[in-house]
Amino acid sequence: MSGASTPARPLVLRTIGLTKQFGGLVAVRDVDFEIPEGAIVSLIGPNGAGKTTMFNVIAGLSDPTSGLVEFLGQRMIARPERSWLEPVVWVVPAVVVWALSYAAWLAGLPLVLGQLLVLVGLGVLIATLITAVVRPPWYGLLLVRFGIFKSARPNEMVLAGIGRTFQNIRLFANMTALENVLVGMHGQLRANGLDAALRTARHNREEVQGRSEARRWLAYVGLRGREDELARNLPYGDQRRLEIARALASRPRLLLLDEPTAGMNPSETSTMTALFGKIRSELNLTILLIEHDMRVVMGVSDRVTVLDHGEKIAEGSPDEVRRDPRVIEAYLGKGSVA
Amino acid sequence: MIGKASPPAANPLRRTLRAIRDLASRLPQRHQSLTVIVGMAFVTAILPLVVLAPPLNGFGRQNDWLDGFANAGVFVLLAMGLNVVVGLAGLLDLGYAAFFAIGAYTYAYGASPFSGLDVPFWPMLLVGAAVAMVFGLLLGAPTLRLRGDYLAIVTLGFGEIVPVVFLNADTYTRGTNGISGVYQPVLPIVGNFGFGNPMPYYLTMAAIIAVAMILLYRLQDSRLGRAWMAIREDELAAASMGINTVTTKLLAFAIGASTSGLGGVFYASKLSVVSPDQFGFVISFTVLAMVVLGGMGNIWGVAVGAFVIYELQSQGLKQLNSFFGGLGLPPFHLGPLTVDLTSINFLEYQFLLYGLALVGMMLLRPEGLFPSRRRRAELRDEADAGAANEELVQA
Ligand SMILES: Nc1ncnc2c1ncn2[C@@H]1O[C@H](COP(=O)(O)OP(=O)(O)OP(=O)(O)O)[C@@H](O)[C@H]1O
Ligand SMILES: [Mg+2]
Repeated sequence: MSGASTPARPLVLRTIGLTKQFGGLVAVRDVDFEIPEGAIVSLIGPNGAGKTTMFNVIAGLSDPTSGLVEFLGQRMIARPERSWLEPVVWVVPAVVVWALSYAAWLAGLPLVLGQLLVLVGLGVLIATLITAVVRPPWYGLLLVRFGIFKSARPNEMVLAGIGRTFQNIRLFANMTALENVLVGMHGQLRANGLDAALRTARHNREEVQGRSEARRWLAYVGLRGREDELARNLPYGDQRRLEIARALASRPRLLLLDEPTAGMNPSETSTMTALFGKIRSELNLTILLIEHDMRVVMGVSDRVTVLDHGEKIAEGSPDEVRRDPRVIEAYLGKGSVA
Repeated sequence: MIGKASPPAANPLRRTLRAIRDLASRLPQRHQSLTVIVGMAFVTAILPLVVLAPPLNGFGRQNDWLDGFANAGVFVLLAMGLNVVVGLAGLLDLGYAAFFAIGAYTYAYGASPFSGLDVPFWPMLLVGAAVAMVFGLLLGAPTLRLRGDYLAIVTLGFGEIVPVVFLNADTYTRGTNGISGVYQPVLPIVGNFGFGNPMPYYLTMAAIIAVAMILLYRLQDSRLGRAWMAIREDELAAASMGINTVTTKLLAFAIGASTSGLGGVFYASKLSVVSPDQFGFVISFTVLAMVVLGGMGNIWGVAVGAFVIYELQSQGLKQLNSFFGGLGLPPFHLGPLTVDLTSINFLEYQFLLYGLALVGMMLLRPEGLFPSRRRRAELRDEADAGAANEELVQA
């Protein structure tokens, strides 16, 4: 694995000084962490070490207490900056219109025109506020122009290229396997409500193509023939696979897998492990894996990072980590390193 | 051998019924719009004839029935709209009548002597829907980040505030008196819309429902519809799949509101008067009960449910009154209570009966009268699993 540590490889993800506190509990403490392109990096550590918490921060689900997350070289998640300025951005367009209305009145233009502009200003204000809530991509860019920074929301992280699975399976239980994957493709598809209502060409084309692509994803993870079953009725192992298919469907650059082999028997585990290798090589994906099963970790990882009580205690190739006395101590308790 | 796809059915009859039900639920997916049009045309044609047959002809003249059907149609529309919010997106909206009121007042402003405007009914349908939608967005934008109970409370508040505003802003709304003399629609071919002639209203309503139903089916079966369902199932997972949950919920809210606004315009034009007391919590509650009883999440189920419930409450209870009145039973004693069925006005017990129906429904058939396949799966899962196990044991 000599290539993995070459510093020249571009980074997919980097965290700097990432900290997450829950009240008095520091779940993640000052973690600096990097994932090079194309690697399979494992995050290990005893129960409660903060692995899932770290995932959630990276995926935009919970705000960090301090520190930042860069994805593909861009700062995506950090403490907000100059957020006081945002309300100003909201009212400026409306104020401009109202100023125009006042100017029209001063200029002696017909009263109706001024009154109309007052209403238009109100409309502009409402539209701006709704835009701020909806947060379309261009609104984010606008904020950046003013030096305002806000962490990306989870859906924005998905669009940026992060796909994930959950430690406790979170499928859409009453939707079919196919529909689950189609939801995963949400960001790939474009048809909006109007397209759907009018059944435009875009909608029809996307539905046909989307469905066949979703079928391909299901087949890819080994769920051919299960398309129309409700997710809740799938066996446990298949639910885990379906979660992976759903995450892959968003075509991520980085795939976050939270204990994907938990609760599986050895043969299921080895099939799953083979799938990770296949995903990396065929789909050109980078994978961040949380895993308790050391055989899986040692088998597939290029690099391993160890967390304990929220702190990064070791990092390196699987062999280095396995021999690290601090890691042994964290797993087996003090005194076992003699 | 046990089938792979579906749990074993109890007996051939049940299996056949299930097959028919599956077929019926799959058919509309293929040719939704056509199915809706044919279905609505059939129902619209048959209803005026059905009421000429006994015993229904004994309860009222055909015109009275049609008038009632047109009113029922308003509630069908409302229920279908609320179904998007509650049934598809899973957002509890307890103030839905507010948008109904907004639609109605919009029409009253657009076409009455009070405002002096006389905008034709047809464009006003769209205007009313649009205005209600804007208010839906306004209410939704700040509140849709709230979860479950909080959203319910905020919408409940909104539903209470809107009629109060219409009541108190009497310079603009004439307060309790409301705005009267609202113009009725004019359409050369269909004939005169008027109090004595409900047929045009009846037909118009049927057409509106058909169009709304087609659009709603199309929305449900699309990227947007899947996003609504995903949010209902698990909002956090939906966000983690790239769905902008705020926008998506806002859209559900806006579409629900505009459907309600549409109903409001129609209602105002039919009654020719709008006043704040028509839009109280009772309406929000009734529509919600219709959605729940009809079968949350299932568009036609909700529509049929709303129609049936409306007719039961308006005609059924009235008939109970006259039935027991005519029977002339002597009062009897239940312990300390004296029950005189002859003089009970069942209409007054409407909400008690609603409550009983809801409780009974939750006990016997929690998924509603005509549930969507999903809902049934969701709510019946454990029961089915139990039954399947029993059969295995027996075999
Ligand atoms: N939402 C929360 N509120 C309060 N404390 C939390 C929350 N989420 C996690 N924690 C705490 O943070 C610590 C880290 O939890 P986390 O789930 O990240 O551990 P983990 O490494 O994923 O463990 P496991 O291997 O059991 O999944 C735990 O002590 C946990 O109790
Ligand atoms: Mg965890």
